Amino acid sequence: MTDPTKSRQFREIALPHLDAAYNLARWLTRNDHDAEDVVQEAFLRAFRSLDGFRGASGRPWLLAIVRNACYDWLRQNRRGELDVAYDDDLHGDVRTGTTTLGAGPIGDPESLLARTDDRRLINEALEKLPVEFREVVVLRDVEDLSYKEIAAVAAIPIGTVMSRLSRGRKMMLTHLARRMPGGPDGM
Amino acid sequence: MECREALELLPAHADRELGGREAIEIVRHLEGCAGCRAQHEVYAALRLAVREHATYFRASDRLANRIGAVLPSPRDVRVPRTRRGWNWLSVGGTLASVVAVAWSVALILALPSAEDRVADEVVSGHIRSLLPNHTVDVASSDQHTVKPWFNGKVDFSPPVVDLTMEGFPLLGGRLDYLDHRPVAALVYRHRQHMINLFVSPTAGSAQDAPPKSLSRQGYHVLHWARGGMAFWAVSDVDPAELAKLRETLLSKG
Repeated sequence: MTDPTKSRQFREIALPHLDAAYNLARWLTRNDHDAEDVVQEAFLRAFRSLDGFRGASGRPWLLAIVRNACYDWLRQNRRGELDVAYDDDLHGDVRTGTTTLGAGPIGDPESLLARTDDRRLINEALEKLPVEFREVVVLRDVEDLSYKEIAAVAAIPIGTVMSRLSRGRKMMLTHLARRMPGGPDGM
Repeated sequence: MECREALELLPAHADRELGGREAIEIVRHLEGCAGCRAQHEVYAALRLAVREHATYFRASDRLANRIGAVLPSPRDVRVPRTRRGWNWLSVGGTLASVVAVAWSVALILALPSAEDRVADEVVSGHIRSLLPNHTVDVASSDQHTVKPWFNGKVDFSPPVVDLTMEGFPLLGGRLDYLDHRPVAALVYRHRQHMINLFVSPTAGSAQDAPPKSLSRQGYHVLHWARGGMAFWAVSDVDPAELAKLRETLLSKG
């Protein structure tokens, strides 16, 4: 493939997903400036590995590269955030910070539901998730990927996608419950 | 199914990702268990809240330009030299590449002729969509229903926003064909008028294009490009209303 052909093909495959790439990087780095650097690096990596692209959709392919670039960046700049990475099978629900949420009922549904239309609280709850949970929730609910696509992007089995989504959402609910009026950090 | 197992599966159930036996069993369990049902409602509400309220961060024009600048330019095309003498196969090949290059350059530069031709197609597509039962393939004002509907039907993900509050309720989406490729058609209503918005990735270039207004057979067309997507809005409404739609879409993006 000649360079100009490759360049044109790459632009057609990857550029439509620039927003998706940036959205993922922004949620994982939690910073505009760093997200832009990471996305630029990811696009260069993607361009170099274009020959390895086989598939109908460029989006999961590109997002997997963006995700890896984010993790490289986190390893170099936010070591602490990755050190908490844990074994899904061993830790169960400990990380939710409460035992009642394990597999038991969650608080009072009515007041939680009333809370969930608060944009700032939703963003805050999502932002506070540990990165491996944040990425699956972002890919699923913000980026609208299927479990299968998420498994491909994050390089984890579908069962792990399910359990991380489940735990991630429980953590978000815990956070929302804490911020409810009358909760420990309530307003 | 026990509550413990049901609670494990609830998030996947809310995502409609359970299949076969599990899907049937969890529905059966929820019918008979108020506790799990309440839990399911909480998950469904959270899922909806995140989908509707979590910020979708969009790439800035600056980032698009930065990336465009570091990639090799697609316009820097050299036709490979072939051996001298008339070899009709290679002449044909060269001719084909010249045609291909000219075609893509024409698209990149948006030469009037190409633009005119696409504008004609846009108007035809709009008129065709006004025929009974041709307007939408997926009828919904919910962007989270319309957007995923395009998955697997086109090789890009069109930006879909409902603009009911802004006076342009979303009626749904449709697969259409424009400029030799499948495109996403989003249908909006404005008062009693129908507006078709055709969306497709910009050909080989991330260049944003300023709005350009055209008229055909009493229909008005507004074309622009942004963030790697080309947009064609067409309707019999006043051109100013199409401009307003564009501004509203940009402000939502």
